[in-house]
Amino acid sequence: MATDSFRLTITEARELLRKRELSAVELTRACLDRIDAVEPLLNSFITVCADEALAQAREADRRLAKGGAPPLCGIPLAIKDIYATRGVRTTCASKILENFVPTYDATVIARLRAEGAVFVGKANLDEFAMGSSTENSAFGPTRNPYDTQRVAGGSSGGSAAAVAADQCLGSLGTDTGGSIREPASFCGVVGIKPTYSRVSRFGIVAYASSLDQVGPFGKTVRDCAIMLRSLAGADPADSTCSTRPVPDYEAALSGEVKGMRIGVPKEFFVEGMQADVENAVRAAIAHYQSAGARVVEVSLPHTQYAVAAYYLIATAEASANLERYDGIRYGVRVEADNLLDLYRKTRARGFGAEVKRRIMLGTFALSTGYYDAYYLKAQKVRTLIKRDFDQAFACCDLIATPTAPTTAFRLGEKMSDPLQMYLSDIFTISVNLAGLPGLALPCGYDAEGMPIGLQLIGPAFGEEIILRAGDAYERSGVLTRKPAVV
Amino acid sequence: MSASSEKYEAVIGLEVHAQLLTRSKIFCGCSTEFGAPPNTHVCPVCCGMPGVLPVFNRRVLELAIRMGLAAHCTIAPRSIFDRKNYFYPDLPKGYQISQYETPLCKGGYIELPGDGDNGGPTRIRLVRIHLEEDAGKNIHAPDCSLVDFNRSGVPLTEIVSEPDIRTPEQAGAYLRELRSMLRYLEVSDGNMEEGSFRCDANVSVRPRGSDSLGVKTEVKNMNSFRHVEHAIAYEIERQIELLEAGERVVQETRLWDPDRGVTRPMRSKEYAHDYRYFPEPDLPPLIVPPDLVEQIRIAMPELPAARRARYTSEMGLTPYEANVLTQEREIADYFEAVLPGLKNRKAAANWVMTEVLRVVNESGRGVAQSVPAPAEVGSLLKMVEDGAISLNAAKTAFAAMCKSGKNAKATVSELGLLQVSDEAAIAAACDEVICAEPAKVAEYRGGRDKLFGFFVGQVMKAMGGKANPKIINEVLRRKLAAS
Ligand SMILES: [Zn+2]
Repeated sequence: MATDSFRLTITEARELLRKRELSAVELTRACLDRIDAVEPLLNSFITVCADEALAQAREADRRLAKGGAPPLCGIPLAIKDIYATRGVRTTCASKILENFVPTYDATVIARLRAEGAVFVGKANLDEFAMGSSTENSAFGPTRNPYDTQRVAGGSSGGSAAAVAADQCLGSLGTDTGGSIREPASFCGVVGIKPTYSRVSRFGIVAYASSLDQVGPFGKTVRDCAIMLRSLAGADPADSTCSTRPVPDYEAALSGEVKGMRIGVPKEFFVEGMQADVENAVRAAIAHYQSAGARVVEVSLPHTQYAVAAYYLIATAEASANLERYDGIRYGVRVEADNLLDLYRKTRARGFGAEVKRRIMLGTFALSTGYYDAYYLKAQKVRTLIKRDFDQAFACCDLIATPTAPTTAFRLGEKMSDPLQMYLSDIFTISVNLAGLPGLALPCGYDAEGMPIGLQLIGPAFGEEIILRAGDAYERSGVLTRKPAVV
Repeated sequence: MSASSEKYEAVIGLEVHAQLLTRSKIFCGCSTEFGAPPNTHVCPVCCGMPGVLPVFNRRVLELAIRMGLAAHCTIAPRSIFDRKNYFYPDLPKGYQISQYETPLCKGGYIELPGDGDNGGPTRIRLVRIHLEEDAGKNIHAPDCSLVDFNRSGVPLTEIVSEPDIRTPEQAGAYLRELRSMLRYLEVSDGNMEEGSFRCDANVSVRPRGSDSLGVKTEVKNMNSFRHVEHAIAYEIERQIELLEAGERVVQETRLWDPDRGVTRPMRSKEYAHDYRYFPEPDLPPLIVPPDLVEQIRIAMPELPAARRARYTSEMGLTPYEANVLTQEREIADYFEAVLPGLKNRKAAANWVMTEVLRVVNESGRGVAQSVPAPAEVGSLLKMVEDGAISLNAAKTAFAAMCKSGKNAKATVSELGLLQVSDEAAIAAACDEVICAEPAKVAEYRGGRDKLFGFFVGQVMKAMGGKANPKIINEVLRRKLAAS
């Protein structure tokens, strides 16, 4: 058992740990060995924390022995390297923070620590979460465990790949425009972006503050439900965080979809999307229908403006959020004769090309004379997109769409064409603009065996319904999980 | 004033930054205490570490609303914070959290005390009062520059006036009134030396009678009310000279150089910013419940302007006296606590303005630490009123009380300052003097009125200097008249 325990789901491992048929140390060792074995092929991690993880596992075993341990006690997780972790370097996959070691934990890290979770390492990402392929990492790209010539998706590519390749049992990512759902889809795992404000952002290095949201990756929907319950909830250190009570998401997984109204927006089945993707998503919707759900056509007419609005709002916020990397207090500093040159040289050397591109875009969008035409107009579009969803949810309980228009593309394929890269998030971005929860789960494989993702979108704080629908699909057994090739 | 300056009129608007009296910073729990060793009142939030978030200190809101109500502003039920973006080492996030499009307080005015000659009070209108965080402080050493973030995140209000001010003196009066209000309200300590009260001035000139505005300059770096007045006076003269010479005023920011007594232009790099303001996504909108405003309104203390009005209309004090007494709330409170039981309020006002203020100013400490309790001064003045002691004796007693801390009665009796008001004793002394000086009595009765003072002096001497002079006067007049 112990040797391939890395293949377990959190749900399975939790049982074995509680029954003491498996120890947290054994499980952690198995994951660390697995990391050693496949990491050279994948590059899912920026930092592996073997010693710290084993120490955490030993402590978890002590708690498990006493009984009554919390759900994630002893569970090995990977953390996107954009979460501040006390005493462990937090790079955001950027040169500028190459050696930055925070003195504080992100709120969710502190919560998981208190539960006794085990952190096996800091997962790779696109620099400052800007990208859709994890190719924009100063530490090299993460490769897709189903085909190492392909990308893992991004920006949380390392977190998705680590779960897909069984390097850990679950992981944490962040999602600003699709950064959990798109890599989940590309790597054939489950990922949920909760409602904006559902989970504290304190200690998550900000990319676009009004869009960033924390969420888990798991091998199953149930695993995500377990993790989300531990992550969510009010935080006095984040005044944008909701004080709503956190439901027992796992209890919502009844397996029942009868009577559920599933909205299918015509704007999400566009020309140029991969045929296998459309077919698999339509088949999943048909499955729901056969299980007793009602399918209704809905319209989200402003979807076509979502990508443009996103790239103005997100970059505007990013341009300000990234001003603090100035070489004065921490991170990389390139010395110069005067202050202005110190800033210029530090930031020129510290940031990668995509980060610079977005800082410039955002700076432009906020500049005097352009603010109204760009930033303000984008905010108006955002309001219209929210209204579209409000209207759609008046006649359905959740919305089903593809997660991404294609399956994982080849490394380097879109690096020279940022616009094509931006379109990878065409189906996920509007969910962030509207602040809604979105679940991505595997719903099939294309002709080349690459995973396809189904996206289930819920109304604000409707995590329970999308988790229930996702879990019901998974349980029905129409799709058996195909393990990654590596 | 030069001849050419008669032709022009200055148009002045002031921007005041006042530090709010909170114990902790505006967006984190760090202390706001002044004078701590560098970078000891800091945390990841006020140092702009990656991933941290601001949390608004609600105490700041109450203080700012108090000031807004005192200045007759409209309090916005909903306002938002904005990010003001610029790079500077003392600004850890690369942006300052401030309020741009929707300030907490709008409109309103400050009423300046009338000076008696030019008649009634003058109103200086306000544009807005908004909230923001302070930056840290750059410290330049010979071989390097250092930054102290203790001030970073200290709560400030920025109070922006309309360009309603016309003279440097009026600017000074406005600042004194504003500072006085802030201190009355316990919103700010208004301490200019410690940087908790700072002022920038927008100055332009125009031909007298014109109602268009001239090109303005912004003057910074003035660290006292005097500096503000001098810098504005200098800037007005400078601009007039330019215009008289047929040149133009350049719109720019200028720094006051107190050593040379001039303003000089700031290097353009030091201020050429497009601040790219946009709403702060990390903070929810600032919602002000109407009942909070009402609660604050009910608890408002009486402000200097209202006290001045009361002192002149009810107590008959001059505008000057009212102004001196009300500038500091502590002094005005003290004055009012001296009053109970006294008939002569003017005398009490004079006493506080001269004796009390002199000791307070000389001691450099607070009122409570430097002068006796107001009730003791009241009882001292009551003794003067009743003729139990002379005014001079009261001054002697007051000086002793300031040192000893003893009460008025004990001090007066210890120092033997009580005057004899016993008419029979005084009459006996008068009789003795009249008998001893028959020649002088005859002279006086013959018409040398001036000798009256001599008799008073003799009687006082006979009584060891402690007789009530008023009674001596009465008795002597009566006895000398009777022949
Ligand atoms: Zn702090």
